[in-house]
Amino acid sequence: MKKVWAFIKGCFILLRRGSKLYYAWVYLLLALMAIGVLAYANQLYSGLITSAMRDQVSWGFYISNFTFMVGVAAAAVLLIIPAYVYQWKPIKEIAILGELVAVSAMVMCLLFVTVDLGRPDRFWHLIPKIGILNFPQSLLAWDVVVLNTYLVLNFSIAGYMLYSYYYRRQPNMKYVTPLLLFSIPAAISIHTVTAFLYNGLAARPFWNASILAPRFLASAFCSGPAGMVLMFQVIRKWTKFRITDEAIFKIAELIAYAMFLNLFLLGAEVFKEYYSDTAHLAPMQYLYQGLHGHSDLVSYIWTATLFNMTAFLLFLIPQTRENHITLNIGCVLIFVGVYIEKGMGLVIPGFVPDVLGDFYEYSPTSTEVLVTIGIWGTGLLIYTMLLRIAIPIMNGDFHVSEDGIHPHIGDELFLVRSPGEPEQDKEPDLLAQ
Amino acid sequence: MSDRETRGNRIFRLSRRKALKGLAAGLGALALPRKDASAAFWESFFQKHFRELGRAEIRDVVSRLEKEYGATYGKPVKVKTTPPMEGVLYGYGLDLSRCIGCRRCVYGCVGENNQSRDPQVHWIRVLRLEKERGVDLEHAEHYYNPANVPEAGHFYMPVQCHQCENPPCTKVCPVQATWKENDGIVVVDYNWCIGCRYCMAACPYGARHFNWKKPGLPAGEMNPDTHYLGNRPRPVGVVEKCTFCMQRTREADGRYPACVEVCPVGARKFGNLLDPESEIRFVIENKRVFILKEDLNTQPKFYYFYSV
Repeated sequence: MKKVWAFIKGCFILLRRGSKLYYAWVYLLLALMAIGVLAYANQLYSGLITSAMRDQVSWGFYISNFTFMVGVAAAAVLLIIPAYVYQWKPIKEIAILGELVAVSAMVMCLLFVTVDLGRPDRFWHLIPKIGILNFPQSLLAWDVVVLNTYLVLNFSIAGYMLYSYYYRRQPNMKYVTPLLLFSIPAAISIHTVTAFLYNGLAARPFWNASILAPRFLASAFCSGPAGMVLMFQVIRKWTKFRITDEAIFKIAELIAYAMFLNLFLLGAEVFKEYYSDTAHLAPMQYLYQGLHGHSDLVSYIWTATLFNMTAFLLFLIPQTRENHITLNIGCVLIFVGVYIEKGMGLVIPGFVPDVLGDFYEYSPTSTEVLVTIGIWGTGLLIYTMLLRIAIPIMNGDFHVSEDGIHPHIGDELFLVRSPGEPEQDKEPDLLAQ
Repeated sequence: MSDRETRGNRIFRLSRRKALKGLAAGLGALALPRKDASAAFWESFFQKHFRELGRAEIRDVVSRLEKEYGATYGKPVKVKTTPPMEGVLYGYGLDLSRCIGCRRCVYGCVGENNQSRDPQVHWIRVLRLEKERGVDLEHAEHYYNPANVPEAGHFYMPVQCHQCENPPCTKVCPVQATWKENDGIVVVDYNWCIGCRYCMAACPYGARHFNWKKPGLPAGEMNPDTHYLGNRPRPVGVVEKCTFCMQRTREADGRYPACVEVCPVGARKFGNLLDPESEIRFVIENKRVFILKEDLNTQPKFYYFYSV
């Protein structure tokens, strides 16, 4: 226990060290968080009337962002499968970064749900024993369970491994491997449950389609990894951590498959609705064509469709997949494309037209946007902090010193521009088995 | 088991969260200035789910609320907790042949049930439909506003909570803050709802309404005859809905729901589905009756019918 405490203390010492760039970045994120907190304070004071949500469209920007972030958290599993099921070394070296993405994304998810609550002061009603968690009846109760499980799981795995490396020993894989393997179905479960949360509502034909959960999974395996590929390139450019092209290209290849599946499932859904042409077509018409003069989402969804298709082609062709410029363009297109498709593009048409045929066109207010920016800032700050600890540990720059108590910090700067092309000379020594 | 017995039995089974109540009292005592108000705040914060309250606790809660509402609205307010009557299952009939779309029911309901006037919350929504299209919700007009009703070529369809036998809204609530009582009325514990609005997404009839803002209820218009699960003033950030005016209908000297009473053309019928002599049973057995969105298997106890 004393060693854990020493490790945590060491981490806090490390977090305070960094280049000017590191400090600037952290302060920027703190500023975004402050903006979010102020906007949220305003919302708490006046009520959710500060949002554009109303009885017709009772979920909006917050729940859209929540849904998207659940997908991003899937990123981890796309690394864990090749790394620990197929023991593929280039990805094994970076799998921990994926777990940290999952941790940050899960925290963001929980924040997005919390800011959407009308009575956040009563959150404790959700805690079993103290309150009443309506499990297994309510899918939202399921979501509370699986999201928290997934958060704890990833935090424990990454935390334990980093802790072991810090004390310069190999983590005991007898504990880690079962948890890692468990995290695969856990990742699938967070998407499935989140999809079922919508899927189970017969009142909303747009969501009440069995294809929803598979679509969630497919798009999650696009957006999360696309975000990670971008992040990895930032990491290898601005920190001392090395990530091989081989690993990045492999992830891009996996994205291509996932995007194919995503587009295929979308096509299946579009066909079914348009060909059968029932009353249930209305939300999809509203989304893709506009209906009865209401067309706020049309330009967004076509942008998303175009982005996703372009990115699919870019990632399908090996030449463009392995060209850094087209690769990055593809990643940005996917991230934005899925953000639209699986955020507002999924949530809002569930409510428009509403169950009695009323059209209320929703677009978020400044309060909603600012709170959301604050939560994104929080997520990025958490990820930065986690990387600040993880990267030096994996580089062998942060470990316990000879005296066995005080930390040795070999990387005082963290965020600096790396010289030249990524070199392959330095293996992250502790990870090599 | 009836709700009355269930509630009675719970007194002996309560062990959960007794500590919390102690904590509430303790925290209340901590805040010395305005001790009463502060204690009430913490008591309300730590209040248990309504169905887990024992008889004595219900008394405490009711007296706290009556005191609070009395102070806010400057008049004595009654908060009842009358349980369902034995052998009663409420049903509602709406005569589409008669309804003229005057919306008196909408505002009668607002007045009776203490809905927010600013912003306006309506538990009843009247749709104007085209005779040519029939019940086609996608072409329903919600905001019709002519000088005179009824309008040629149109008919009107009021929609409110259908008090489903198989309610999708109660199933999805993550904290069991909403449930169906034994007389078939779906209720919300406004002190337990966390405001996630999942029930609103689940309801196929748009019957659930959220307090996006602190309800604006002028003291002069406040109806002091209230029920804990019904028309008592609601806090901000919780969901509310029609309860068939349980503050009226559950009493021994019961009255019809306000919407039934106010309807100028007698389009609204209300009664006990278990009583073969009731008007609602007559309607079901003798008129052409339909329920809205039958395919969803919500099994509404709200029957539309045509008398002519």
